[in-house]
Amino acid sequence: MSDVQRFLDRLNERSEARRGEPTWIAARRQAGAARFEAMGFPDRRVEEWKYTDVRAISRTDFQLTGSAEFSQASAAALTLPLDAHRLTFVDGVFSSALSDLSELPGGVQVQPLSQALEENHEAVGGPLGRLTGVEFSAFSALNTAFFEEGALVRLAPGTVVDKPIVLQFLSRANEAPVMSHPRILIEAGGRSQATVIEHHVGEEGAANFTNLVEEVMLDRGANLTHYKLVESPEQDLHVASIHVEQCRDAQFTSFNITLGGGLVRNDLVSDLNGQGAEVTFNGLFYGQNRQHVDNHTLANHNAPHTFSHENYKGILDDRAHGVFNGKVIVKRDSQKIEADQSNANLLLSDRAQIDTKPELEIYADDVKCSHGATTGQLDEEAVFALRTRGLDEATARGLLTLAFAGEVMDQVNLDAVSERVELTVAGKLPERFHLAGLVEAAVALNED
Amino acid sequence: MLEVKDLHVTVEGSEILKGLTLSIQPGEVHAIMGPNGAGKSTLSAVIAGKDGYEVTAGSITFEGKDVLEMEIEERAQAGLLLGFQYPVEIPGVKNIYLLKAALNAQREARGEGEIPAPEFMKLIKEKVSFMKMDNSFLQRAVNEGFSGGEKKRNEILQMLVLQPKLAMLDEIDSGLDIDAMKVVADGVNSLRSEDRGILLVTHYQRLLDYIVPDHVHVLVNGRIVKSGGAELAHELESRGYDWVVEEPAA
Repeated sequence: MSDVQRFLDRLNERSEARRGEPTWIAARRQAGAARFEAMGFPDRRVEEWKYTDVRAISRTDFQLTGSAEFSQASAAALTLPLDAHRLTFVDGVFSSALSDLSELPGGVQVQPLSQALEENHEAVGGPLGRLTGVEFSAFSALNTAFFEEGALVRLAPGTVVDKPIVLQFLSRANEAPVMSHPRILIEAGGRSQATVIEHHVGEEGAANFTNLVEEVMLDRGANLTHYKLVESPEQDLHVASIHVEQCRDAQFTSFNITLGGGLVRNDLVSDLNGQGAEVTFNGLFYGQNRQHVDNHTLANHNAPHTFSHENYKGILDDRAHGVFNGKVIVKRDSQKIEADQSNANLLLSDRAQIDTKPELEIYADDVKCSHGATTGQLDEEAVFALRTRGLDEATARGLLTLAFAGEVMDQVNLDAVSERVELTVAGKLPERFHLAGLVEAAVALNED
Repeated sequence: MLEVKDLHVTVEGSEILKGLTLSIQPGEVHAIMGPNGAGKSTLSAVIAGKDGYEVTAGSITFEGKDVLEMEIEERAQAGLLLGFQYPVEIPGVKNIYLLKAALNAQREARGEGEIPAPEFMKLIKEKVSFMKMDNSFLQRAVNEGFSGGEKKRNEILQMLVLQPKLAMLDEIDSGLDIDAMKVVADGVNSLRSEDRGILLVTHYQRLLDYIVPDHVHVLVNGRIVKSGGAELAHELESRGYDWVVEEPAA
């Protein structure tokens, strides 16, 4: 049996549960399955997947699960210490026990997708799939064939959400690996403002596959800050396609931080459709051992006077492999746009690898674009300066590595997130660096 | 404690130090003065262990140990600390990280454990306040975006926290206005003690009005050509360096 067929056969297990689904959903599932079958898993001949081998996914027999069991104590240890509106999913299954929507203000709808579909499936069916169709990739097609759960976030015009909205995805150490296909839909009304944190984390030893599709629609002047923090265990596999639509003056600020996962592929696409729309892609990835992290971003300047900024930093150790592909497309009549892009990578080992590729396609003539990519080692002058203060070379290098990551994290104004990332990065650095204690000191001073 | 004997140093093929001899005892404050190009910065760089300086002859010992055989960090851990003329900006490395890591490295080298967090906090806050700096400064990256005066204060702050046995300050007065100079001088003067040596390297006499040295040496063309007390600095101020060069070495 082919890999593709083995995946599709799992659909049959759900046929009973899906009896009575609205016809539009059934039709999309069929279209998704057909598209997935036609495309198959991407191999290296597919340009978009040239540097990423997905056989760790395609060759594994992932099961489906209906259980959201997870101990409160171990969930608490994984959860970001944040006062937040929180939805939790365990291997893709909604857990109401680990969720908290008790203080949701008026004008804000945050729901598990299954519940939203039950209440008013037509209101979901309109926007869902409008940005990310089955054509986008084999994985988006696969998601469309399988999706059942996920999150719906709707903000009424003018709503400013006081606390961050956390979508937490927990991965379990199951006996057999499972797959989930979460679907997230965010609709932000005009001039609404919110912070959404998508947090992927799991139990030691978890080796599941998450295949996420997320669509974000920002109406005029809406302002969304979006964190995607992947701290999954090292055998976990993760593919995410995030598609953003920005109307006039809409702001989208992304922090895409990957610290875990065995194979992580992120596609972030923004359509800048109205004048004054602005997207900022911030990214940080840290790969160790044989981790593979692939980030593809795309800014579509579909309207004049639109802005895109990108700053991605990668740190790769051991035999880790990083891929960065940042694409900017400027349409013919999109004059007076500004696009800047930078990708800097730090290789801590001779066997670590980075493939970085900025791509600019510009069909307008009055534009301001810049891009740059650097890959290198640490500033030797700084290493010397630290050593003259008594720090041994390893500690000096560790501190400078932490500092390199910090340049992205400086833009984060949620202490719980930046401290978590800083502690994780410090902890990932070889133990002899003793950096965790230092970071704790800084955190303590901050709280003082 | 610091003995420099007949030191010859070559940089990129040309000899900069040509037989420099200097001896500093605990409790003494020495000042090395000299015109541009005399080799003042080369001396500090060699003692700190910077790359690109070749010692062709002579020796440097600190408390009897061969400094040139020590790793860069071992010199600092042993209590030999240099304050730079141009402190390096280290983006992203918070001052508090540097201070804590440096202090712990020193303690570890002495066989002591890590400094307890409350003790460390108390210590650095006290020193920061002494240097008339704000606490927020501890969360800022080392020297990044600092003014010239802030960088120099930061060098002294490190000295106050690390309490070296021998503090070498390379042109610590350059680029300072008079108020910053006073703060820096107060910092250095607070380091004066009978078991600590201080070596000031400076172009101008001005600093020595605030930090009065016990010994002044004139470095010209890679060699110390004249030594004397604090009054020598004043003489250099009024007469320039030329007369020293012309007179035979004392």
